[in-house]
Amino acid sequence: MLTSPISIKEPPINTTPLDKRSRQFRIQMVKMLEAAKRGHMASAFSLVEILRVLYDDILRYDPKEPHWTSRDRCILSKGHGALALYVLLAEKGFFPEAELWNYCKENGILGGHPEYGKVPGVEASTGSLGHGLSIGIGFALNARYLKSAHRTFVIVGDGECDEGAIWEAALAASKHKLYNLTVIVDYNKQQSYATTYEVLDLEPFADKWQAFGFSVRQVDGHNIEELHGALAKVPFETSKPSVLICHTIKGKGVSFMENNLEWHHKNYPTASEIEALLAELERD
Amino acid sequence: MRKTCLDIICEIARKDDRVVFMGSDLGVATLNRFKEEMPDRFFMEGISEANVIGMAAGLALEGRIVYVNTIASFLTRRCFEQVALDLCLHNVNVRLIGNGGGLVYAPLGPTHEAIEDIAIFRALPGMTIIAPADAAEMRRVMPLTVNHSGPVYIRLGKGGDPIVSNDLSPFVIGKGLIMHEGDDALVVTTGVMLKTAMDAAHMLAAENINIAVLHMPTIKPLDQACVLEYAARNPVVVTLEEHTIIGGLGSAVMEIIAEANYPEPKRCKRLGIPDVFPDKYGSQASLLAYYELTAGNLIKTIKQLRSV
Repeated sequence: MLTSPISIKEPPINTTPLDKRSRQFRIQMVKMLEAAKRGHMASAFSLVEILRVLYDDILRYDPKEPHWTSRDRCILSKGHGALALYVLLAEKGFFPEAELWNYCKENGILGGHPEYGKVPGVEASTGSLGHGLSIGIGFALNARYLKSAHRTFVIVGDGECDEGAIWEAALAASKHKLYNLTVIVDYNKQQSYATTYEVLDLEPFADKWQAFGFSVRQVDGHNIEELHGALAKVPFETSKPSVLICHTIKGKGVSFMENNLEWHHKNYPTASEIEALLAELERD
Repeated sequence: MRKTCLDIICEIARKDDRVVFMGSDLGVATLNRFKEEMPDRFFMEGISEANVIGMAAGLALEGRIVYVNTIASFLTRRCFEQVALDLCLHNVNVRLIGNGGGLVYAPLGPTHEAIEDIAIFRALPGMTIIAPADAAEMRRVMPLTVNHSGPVYIRLGKGGDPIVSNDLSPFVIGKGLIMHEGDDALVVTTGVMLKTAMDAAHMLAAENINIAVLHMPTIKPLDQACVLEYAARNPVVVTLEEHTIIGGLGSAVMEIIAEANYPEPKRCKRLGIPDVFPDKYGSQASLLAYYELTAGNLIKTIKQLRSV
């Protein structure tokens, strides 16, 4: 059994401390929430370290040439995590940081879900769940056809894995032995209504991916070293697609947001809520 | 028509290495030649339409031109969201080849009949919809799909359909073709129903009633100028399609006519399949007769409207 030793029926606990940089990204996201008055906050907070490690050290890309043919492709299939993606893409120079303050504004490029063709660095429009992995398989097949070394990474949510299309795609990735494809699951164990165990249980989750033909690894999705250690080693096996199950906390970094379903998507946060968020994140 | 279509895909793939073929779970030996000659551009991906469309989108975003083939009802109903978002929103060069448009699969029942496929896809921004009348027209249109920009749906007939199209005018995607001239009534049709319309035109001509037959192999974008030109000179407009009367060619034509605000109102009728799931089996021909999509009913309809 590959299943995590973490007790799966209780709210997950993760005590990994966040360093200043991780907190800084979250502060930016809170300020974007304040400006736009809406956002999938907790869903984005669980993703920050995954994206940080990918864009810091794993992905090959050139922000000045976002269509560079040899770049690694990264699709945020759980498009509602867009806030986290936007702060990373801005930091890396895909677009000016000032654009962040136009989040969800009429003439901005950054919507509630990332759009291909609008946001430099975004490889596919996502938002409706269960689409990104199939598109990523198309990318990976083409890379193999071209004998190009570029790789494809697809980040999916755990709730997203309720979708049958994810498992259709998993069959296809395995059939084609897509060693150049890595799925990263943000396994925060909460979806919109309740925990994943209550809504539609995914367990034994790692075993499922293994049974579908993936090479599976699991890490603490907030631990930079663990994430880096695993992602630097893809493909985990040479003839299989890889999946990295990242055990995360929805709302990670703010005590009252962690595992709190009210923050899955937040509309009209009050001034005192924003203040409390910033106070926690700015504390050294 | 289907064989011609698949043969041409093979021909164009030989000349253009951007071309990829993808099926779901097609009949044994389908496009074997393609598979043997170009195995790395041939995909048979299983009964997983949502995934197939997503994969096709991914390949197309990388510059491939992907021809996807499966049964029309599954291409339109099962993976609608993938078609809307992965194909249309990204405006990628994927060509959907739908087997059994209309009532072709009559013996297999309503799960397999594609009688609202045009309505479904007509609502999608950026989608091009083509329904050739016969294999000869298929041969003219398919090469044009290679460099067409954006997603295309190609509706296939049964096969062995009589040849009624001609090459007097070049095929242009988005252009209507006038197949018979007349100013007593206008019939607008598409796909294999062109044959029925032409039969009616010939029979009516023998009675000195001359109808214009406008063939619309491209249903979206519809040739609005052509509809307006021919509707302007005809008091009666009848549409004829092997499709529900909701949302298909008839709806598209009547939308144009309603907004044209002619000084004299046109007398109009949409002939198609009523708003039902077919409740009989039999054959395509027997169901077309059951729903009165026949030359006889077209003639009767035109005469009734002319006498109003």
